[in-house]
Amino acid sequence: MNALLQALQGFFGADLWTLIWTVVKIFIILIPLLLAVAYLTLAERKIIGWMQVRIGPNRVGWWGILQPIIDGVKLVLKEVVIPSGASKGLFLIAPMLAFAPALAAWAVIPFTDTLVLANIDASLLYIMAITSMGVYGIAIAGWSSNSKYAFLGSLRSVAQIISYELAMGFALMAVVMVSNSLNLVDIVNAQNKGLFAGAGLTFLSWNWLPLLPMFVVYLVSGVAETNRAPFDMAEGESELVAGFHVEYSGMAFAVFFLAEYANMILISALVSLLFLGGWLSPVGFLPDGILWLFAKMSCILLFFLWIRATFPRYRYDQVMRLGWKVFIPVCLIWITVVGVWMISPLSIWK
Amino acid sequence: MEFKTLVFYFLSAILLFAALRVITARNPVHAALFLILSFFSAGCIWALLRAEFLAIAIVLIYVGAVMVLFLFVVMMLNINVDRLREGFWRYLPLGALVGILMVLEMAFILGGDYFSKLQPHAPQMAAGYSNAKAVGRLIYTDFVYPFELASVVLLVAIVAAIAIAYRGPKKTKYTPPGKQLRVHADDRLRVLKMQAEKDE
Repeated sequence: MNALLQALQGFFGADLWTLIWTVVKIFIILIPLLLAVAYLTLAERKIIGWMQVRIGPNRVGWWGILQPIIDGVKLVLKEVVIPSGASKGLFLIAPMLAFAPALAAWAVIPFTDTLVLANIDASLLYIMAITSMGVYGIAIAGWSSNSKYAFLGSLRSVAQIISYELAMGFALMAVVMVSNSLNLVDIVNAQNKGLFAGAGLTFLSWNWLPLLPMFVVYLVSGVAETNRAPFDMAEGESELVAGFHVEYSGMAFAVFFLAEYANMILISALVSLLFLGGWLSPVGFLPDGILWLFAKMSCILLFFLWIRATFPRYRYDQVMRLGWKVFIPVCLIWITVVGVWMISPLSIWK
Repeated sequence: MEFKTLVFYFLSAILLFAALRVITARNPVHAALFLILSFFSAGCIWALLRAEFLAIAIVLIYVGAVMVLFLFVVMMLNINVDRLREGFWRYLPLGALVGILMVLEMAFILGGDYFSKLQPHAPQMAAGYSNAKAVGRLIYTDFVYPFELASVVLLVAIVAAIAIAYRGPKKTKYTPPGKQLRVHADDRLRVLKMQAEKDE
C-alpha cells in the first residue's frame, strides 16, 4: 500500500499528489456519510413504524432496503418549481447553503486518534464557526420563496437556532475547560485519564459524568438545532404547512432533507466525541477503535428517532423559554462550578 | 508564482467584488448577503496569514451571529428603492468628502513608514503553536484590565438595550410555567369506566 502511494506520488509530483490524495480522502469520508444519510431516513421510518406498531416501508427491495434509493431517484426526476416573484438565484443557492456546512464540518472530525482529514489546532472552534453558517440556508430559503408560510417558518427556525447555539457554545466551553484544548483528538484523549480510567472503568471518566448537566443541555440543544421533533417549530405542519421549504420541490427539497439528516449525524458524532469518549472503549479490557465511535453515534441517532416518536411538539414560547431561561442559566452556573472545581484540591482533571 | 499568492489574489478578488456589491446592490437583502460574503473572504485571508483564531472568530461572531440578526431586520424592512434614490445627488458631496478622507487615512497608514515595518512575514511558529492559547494568555495577563473594562462596557450595553426595548410588564394573559408543570392528569381528566352497550 505504502509502496503504491509512493509510486503515485512520484508519478504526479508532490504538490499535485497532495491535492489528489486530499480529494480522495474527502470522498472516502463523504460517500459513506451520504449513504448513512440515505439509510438514516429508512431507519427513521422503520423504527418509528415499530414504535407505533406499524411495519414501515417494506415494498421496495427486501425489507424496504432500496426505499431511500428509489426516493432519491423519484426526487431527482421531479421538476424544481420556482415560484413567481421568488428571488431566483437565492432560491437555488439556499439549499446548498444549508447542506454545505453540514458536510464541511466533517473535515476536522476525528474517527480515531490518527484517522482524521485535518487535525487542526482549533478544530472545535472551526466546527462552531462552520455549523453556525447553516442558518443562512434556512433564512434565505424563507425569504427568497416570497411566501408568507415559508418566511414565518424560517423566522421561527432562525430564532430557535441562534438561541440554542448559545447554550451549545456554553456547553462546549465547559468541555474545553476540563480538557484544556480546542483540538478534538486531545479532547477525546483527555477523557482516557483519571481515577476510573486507571481502574479499567473508562466509561466513568468520560465527560458525560462530571459534566452531566452540560451533556443534557448539549444533547437537547442538538435536537433543537437540527429542527427535529419535538422542536420542529419551523415545520409545524398544522400551522405553517411545512415551514421554510414549503415552496421547494424535487431535488432542491431533497437537499434540505439531506442537510437535516447530515446535521443529525454530525451532532451525534460531536456528542460521542465530546462527552462519550469517541473511539475509546468503555472498559479497560477491550481495545479502542472506530467501531466504538460508530456504536455511540448509532445510539444517539436512535435517541433522536425515539424522542420524535415519543413527545408531542413544543409550543413556540416553551421552546424559547427552555433555551433562554433554563439552559443558559444552567450552563453559566455549571461553568462557574467547573471552574471552581478545577482550581480546588478536589480537581479530577490534573 | 507561489500557490499561496494565487490563493490570496483569488480571495482578495472575491472580497473586493463582494464589498463593491454591498454598496451597489439595489436589493438590501442582497447587499447584506454580499457583506456576509466579504466577511467570510476576509476571514479566509486572515487564515492564510496564519491568524486562524481571528479568522474563525470573525466567521463565528460576525457571520454566524451578528449578520444573522442584521439579515433578519433587513428582510422584514419594506424599503422603497426609488425614495432612497431621490436623495442621491443631495448627499453625494458629503459622501464623497467622507470617502476621500478615508482614502487619505488609508494612504497614510499603508504608504507610511509604519506599515513597512509591519510588512515582514509573520514569524514561522512551531507546528504545535496554538494561536488561541497565545491570544488567551495575553488577554488574561498583560491586557486583563482593558479586557475586563471592555466586557463591562458590553454588559452595560446589554442592560441598556433591554431597558430601551422593555415596555413595562406584559398585559397579555399567560399561565406561569411553574403552575403548568405542577398540573397532573388526575386534576383535569376523569376516566369513566362504562359497560359496553349491547343490542338486545
